[in-house]
Amino acid sequence: MSPRVQVYIIAVLLALIGAGLTAYKHFELGFPLLPGEYRTVWTIEAKVGFVAEGGPVKAALTLPREQRNMEILGETFSSSGFGFYIARENDDYRALWSRRLAEGSQSLFYQLDVYQRPGAPLAQPLDLSTQVQKPFLGAREQEAVRLAIYALVEQAREHSSDVESFTTQLLIELNNKDNQDRNLIFRHYADSSLVDVALLILATADIPAHRIRGLYLEDDRRRLAPEDLLEANDGKRWIVFEPTTGMPGVPENFFIWQRGGKSLLDLEGGHNSQVTFSVIANDVPARDVSMRSTSRDGEALVDFSIYSLPIEQQSIFKLILLVPVGALVVVLLRVFVGLRTSGTFMPVLLAIAFIETQLLTGLAIFTLILILGLWVRFYLSRLNLLLVSRIAAVVVTVVIIMAAISVISYKLGIEQALTVTFFPMIILAWTIERMSIVWEEDGPYEVVVQAGGSLLVAILAWWVMTNRYVEHWTFNFPELLLLLLALILVVGNYTGYRFSELMRFRPLVK
Amino acid sequence: MRQFTFRHLFNKVRGGVVSPITLRDMGILGMNARNIHYIARYNDRRKFPTVDDKLNTKRAAGHAGIPVPELIRAFEAPASRKRVMAVIEPLWQFVVKPARGSGGKGILVIAGRNGDRYRKTSGVEIEVLDILRHVNNIHSGLYSLGGKPDRVMIEALVDFDPIFQNYSFEGVPDIRVIVFRGFPVMAMLRCSTHASDGKANLHQGAVGVGIDLATGKSSHAVQRGLRIHRHPDTEFPFDQLQVPGWRDLLHLAASCYEMTGLGYLGCDIVLDRERGPLLLEANARPGLAIQVANGVGLRRHLHCIEGLAPEKLGMRVGERVNFSMRTFAADQ
Repeated sequence: MSPRVQVYIIAVLLALIGAGLTAYKHFELGFPLLPGEYRTVWTIEAKVGFVAEGGPVKAALTLPREQRNMEILGETFSSSGFGFYIARENDDYRALWSRRLAEGSQSLFYQLDVYQRPGAPLAQPLDLSTQVQKPFLGAREQEAVRLAIYALVEQAREHSSDVESFTTQLLIELNNKDNQDRNLIFRHYADSSLVDVALLILATADIPAHRIRGLYLEDDRRRLAPEDLLEANDGKRWIVFEPTTGMPGVPENFFIWQRGGKSLLDLEGGHNSQVTFSVIANDVPARDVSMRSTSRDGEALVDFSIYSLPIEQQSIFKLILLVPVGALVVVLLRVFVGLRTSGTFMPVLLAIAFIETQLLTGLAIFTLILILGLWVRFYLSRLNLLLVSRIAAVVVTVVIIMAAISVISYKLGIEQALTVTFFPMIILAWTIERMSIVWEEDGPYEVVVQAGGSLLVAILAWWVMTNRYVEHWTFNFPELLLLLLALILVVGNYTGYRFSELMRFRPLVK
Repeated sequence: MRQFTFRHLFNKVRGGVVSPITLRDMGILGMNARNIHYIARYNDRRKFPTVDDKLNTKRAAGHAGIPVPELIRAFEAPASRKRVMAVIEPLWQFVVKPARGSGGKGILVIAGRNGDRYRKTSGVEIEVLDILRHVNNIHSGLYSLGGKPDRVMIEALVDFDPIFQNYSFEGVPDIRVIVFRGFPVMAMLRCSTHASDGKANLHQGAVGVGIDLATGKSSHAVQRGLRIHRHPDTEFPFDQLQVPGWRDLLHLAASCYEMTGLGYLGCDIVLDRERGPLLLEANARPGLAIQVANGVGLRRHLHCIEGLAPEKLGMRVGERVNFSMRTFAADQ
């Protein structure tokens, strides 16, 4: 196999791996492809309030379970003075606060951050009981109420074809204030809610059903009481109903706290207990959401990546990851354009310095140091020094020039010039040395060409490296480096003319 | 020394560009194609040290029986002032050069003496201290790639053939021959000018004269990319130029193939008054200016050699030279 074919095969493989990992990260892990995407993260706080009676207290709050359409990013508990643990029994997930002695009003907090996944289906629990306990509508119940319930069931059954339409019909009737049967029932069950009554009637009609407790997520809501939805089983699956409209399906922005099961709060040793909720929406960068949700799962691609480094190292890597992009710029300009630079990757290092100093300040400082340095270097060459000591002298001079620029500009109040320290000193010294040799051997014209070429490449590299899309991609999708590598390999195979050659060989054509 | 002028830059850009298709149809070799198709494919990296280090080249040339300018002395390690002085004291003319310099950098040519002062080819006089400093700079790696410590060569100055007297100004003219798989494919004469400060680099303003492989006569001449017919300083017309002993020169160039084992090679040859052609240095990455000097693209010639039957590639040096002289004659 010829090297050329090998290069293309390797390039295609690298590109596929890079693009594949990127696509996986975007579509599966939810990393945003474009910078500046924000996601809404809801912070829900449940406050358990009660009055303790002076003895041992035990409070158990049912906690929301993982659900596919809502992702729980993190939770915090506050329980001053209370012992706390989380109990998990039979699918039940409950926070337990306990204390030997407590008196007076108490507040316990549970807070969680939730991110709503767009378009994800509601998880179907398969293990909820579908057993129906027929309600006892015997002698103690009034005859009229019993008949009213039967009438409602009969009416709904006539107007429906299956469990779904039956439930919808029933709920519509239960909301219909003109329906005499409905009014009769509500008058009898005066302290029951709509969902309580609906559950009772569904049980009478032999349909397994239960209540869903949850919250409508709306920004800046305080002291919310949990709201109820209804879930009925049609023999194959569970269908959620919104009780006031009878519409099947989970309403948008509804966060399910508890599904089926028992009470929301159990309290021993206290009274006047209540659970209230408050909701706040935070706009968080989409990447942070993905990071938080994937790091909990220990996703390998994220876990074994620069995200696992301390923040300080991450910010260094942010810069290092831009170097390949700058290198690509150099490769493109040399292979396709044929620009002459002094040193292959010196422009990239300059570009990195420019990122720190801002472009114009950086250019001014660089030119100033180069001119002063060249001037000193020419004087030094007249002193007949050995090369090593001369370069050392240039290094020392550069340090002095940098210090002088800093001090003078600081006194003058030009703060930007203080960023001179971001220039790699040895690069400056070597550039000065190289340029002075070029000056001696090839003349000042060549110095202008090479220094100008280097600066032009550095500016272009800086421009690309400070592009916010490029910054976003290199840091969040380091696997794109493979794609970049593939591109560099392919470019390395280019055998066509350079742009500069179209001018250079012009005389041949005439 | 050439000064930077904006007019020069303007002229360079003004002429616009030519289409790459035209260049390809003319068979002009580009830098990228040269690197990939010829240097990477035909030049084994392990053989580069033979040509990248001029001392190695000299040694190899000695084994192969190829004449080279006489080496007076080489300093492997940094030499004391006394030792350098002892070597140059009795000399009237000499050349100081780095063994691993590239692009003609760091070459100091002393053409004569004026008592204690040494005269460069340009007429500028320098002191012995300047020479010692130059030696030291070379040792420190000022002119070698990557700043690696280098060795210093002190060579006899070539007493160049007077035939070139009229075509070179303040410098030594040399002949560059591109040798591909042992076949000379193109040649040019590089004449220094006043503008090039005695240097033979075309991009510094030296004149490039294309030489017809069949006859050794000038076929074309350019300075800074523009066609000229007379030397800008001496006013001598190039159409009277004829390199003497042309076949011997090509023979020497062609035999560098066996010496170096490199398939794509540039040989720099000087003509000595007494000894005839001498190999100055060999280059594993010869530049493309030779195409401009000849006004012809290299590609067709290279393709011609690449298309040869395998048994023809095994030809001896003399047969290869004959083949090239027959095949690559400039159409006049």
